Amino acid sequence: MRRALHEKRSGLTPCDFETARIDTYVGTVPVLDDVRVRPDLLDYDCRNNRLAQLCLEQDGFAGGVAAARGRHGAGRIGFYLGTSTSGLHATELAYRRRDPKTGALPADYRYAETQNAYSLGEFVRRYLGLGGPGFVVSSACSSTAKAFGNAARMIAAGICDAAVVGGADSLCLMTLYGFHSLGLTSPGPCRPFDADRDGISIGEGAGFALIEKADRARSGAILLLGVGESSDAYHMSTPHPEGLGARLAMRQALECAGLQPADIDYINLHGTATKTNDASEDKAVFGIFGPETPCSSTKGATGHLLGAAGITEAIVSILAIQSGLMPGSANTRSVDPAMKSNYLLENRQANVTRVLTNSFGFGGSNCSLVLGVAE
Amino acid sequence: MRVFVEGVGLLGPGLQSWNAARRVLTGEEPFRSASTVIVASELLPPAERRRTPVPVKLALAVGQEAFQNAGRDAAATATVFTSSSGEGETLHHMCEALASAEREVSPTRFHNSVHNAAAGYWGIATRSREASTSLCAYDASFTAGLVEAATQVTSSGKPVALIAYDQPYPEPLHSARPILASFGAALILAPEASRRASATLELAVPTGDEKPTGMSHSGLEELRLGIPAARALPLLEALARKMQGDVVLDFLTGTRLRISVSPC
Repeated sequence: MRRALHEKRSGLTPCDFETARIDTYVGTVPVLDDVRVRPDLLDYDCRNNRLAQLCLEQDGFAGGVAAARGRHGAGRIGFYLGTSTSGLHATELAYRRRDPKTGALPADYRYAETQNAYSLGEFVRRYLGLGGPGFVVSSACSSTAKAFGNAARMIAAGICDAAVVGGADSLCLMTLYGFHSLGLTSPGPCRPFDADRDGISIGEGAGFALIEKADRARSGAILLLGVGESSDAYHMSTPHPEGLGARLAMRQALECAGLQPADIDYINLHGTATKTNDASEDKAVFGIFGPETPCSSTKGATGHLLGAAGITEAIVSILAIQSGLMPGSANTRSVDPAMKSNYLLENRQANVTRVLTNSFGFGGSNCSLVLGVAE
Repeated sequence: MRVFVEGVGLLGPGLQSWNAARRVLTGEEPFRSASTVIVASELLPPAERRRTPVPVKLALAVGQEAFQNAGRDAAATATVFTSSSGEGETLHHMCEALASAEREVSPTRFHNSVHNAAAGYWGIATRSREASTSLCAYDASFTAGLVEAATQVTSSGKPVALIAYDQPYPEPLHSARPILASFGAALILAPEASRRASATLELAVPTGDEKPTGMSHSGLEELRLGIPAARALPLLEALARKMQGDVVLDFLTGTRLRISVSPC
């Protein structure tokens, strides 16, 4: 991901997902068709859990959790995960194979292990051998950002000593046709904050992080400094035009971190590339940070990973801190002149120590995280 | 973790509100099973009221009752929604449409399909811009929600509303995941004792497979086992009876939630 961000590469391609016939671009993980879930977890086999497993196997993550199990004991490690659609594609496929006489779903359909929102939670818990308490957050596109808040609170309350956060969201027909029905999918690769932006590109993705108590943090460790959560109380699928909920979430995250807006070096925006999201987010960001703080959306590179947007963009934020890279916006040609924030079209190298990242979802669910680094 | 119960909302088969059902849970009145009657919330603007799916109506109804009983302002209170089943009817219609040749899906149905639909409508209805989350832990969804709500109360020092609800799926999903009936329960939890508080809950999450507390009445026990949100019943019974003692709820394999209940 670090290299892809440096090269400003976009993973968006014309949509050829399954039988979808929609004129749009998507971010797919094509190898998922060939991923085999671990034999003891075969009941959980579905696109979303394959994606989760593939991700858990990257970057030595599962090994890192095994080491943490040794330090804390499996029963002291919780899991707070997010997903928007879980294994819904398994249900979509089962609905095509209903019994023509009775209408029944096929006998091999497994609801609990695929469709239920908790499927991802139990799969990851078993895969990593965790024994602590946990659950799945499903608050649409803020899900995996909010999971950081759950983990921080649980650790603070002594419910667990460490926690796995993150989650997965995979492509399915419901989101492709659903966003299309709302007129929110772009026919091309999405262009956040562009004057000619015309909608989102849906992507699939996963990300995980292991969180431990900060009192053990070594120099250079990434710190979760603040979490802010709010509701728009406005509309189910349209953000508040002035970004009121977004402002509340950002202010709360700063307050929680004990920081001023000027302390933030870079903002990773939600930046979905819909007309309304980007306009209202710009108002909210400008209202708090003014015209200086560099900000960008990385959805031109990844697409909108829906429930997994929070964790993957938290990871982009961590990479920004570790490598000093503030990523320029892939696919955006010219910034909408109505936007007042300092939106980055090109990559910028700088000393980055504190990043704020935004995730907003349907139902007006907003979450902002502030990440930093231990001295 | 210690929290104080300030208000309860309840809606289930033969349990038409907390105030009506309390006497059933204390055993003063017999339990008579009957269909759960769910009415759309008057808090919603008429256009939204028409568009709300049944699980949303159920969640709003129990949430509203709990706030009324607590005498708290919903607009100023954070919420934790928890449900195993989420938006079943909407899911069914979407999957049917997607399995058809035309694949015509309704945009309203799509935005109603998210697991946090109830939380979204709650915000619109109460004008609350406070934090809200929507959880799922399969059969342990109520327990997960209670643990999350209690940690929020202790970390923020502010009251939090827990709203748990489950609505049966239509066929063919019902056969794959049978849920006995509509059931919702809500608790307003506060960090400090006040004249509003009726009980103190002391929560612990021990490891082990201790037997969860059951319901002595077989009809109520059937609800507890047949509806994830009805796993709240032993706690609600303890609250109704003003009982002093422990209630044990299922959590995940090898984990339980022990609640030491004492009346205020």
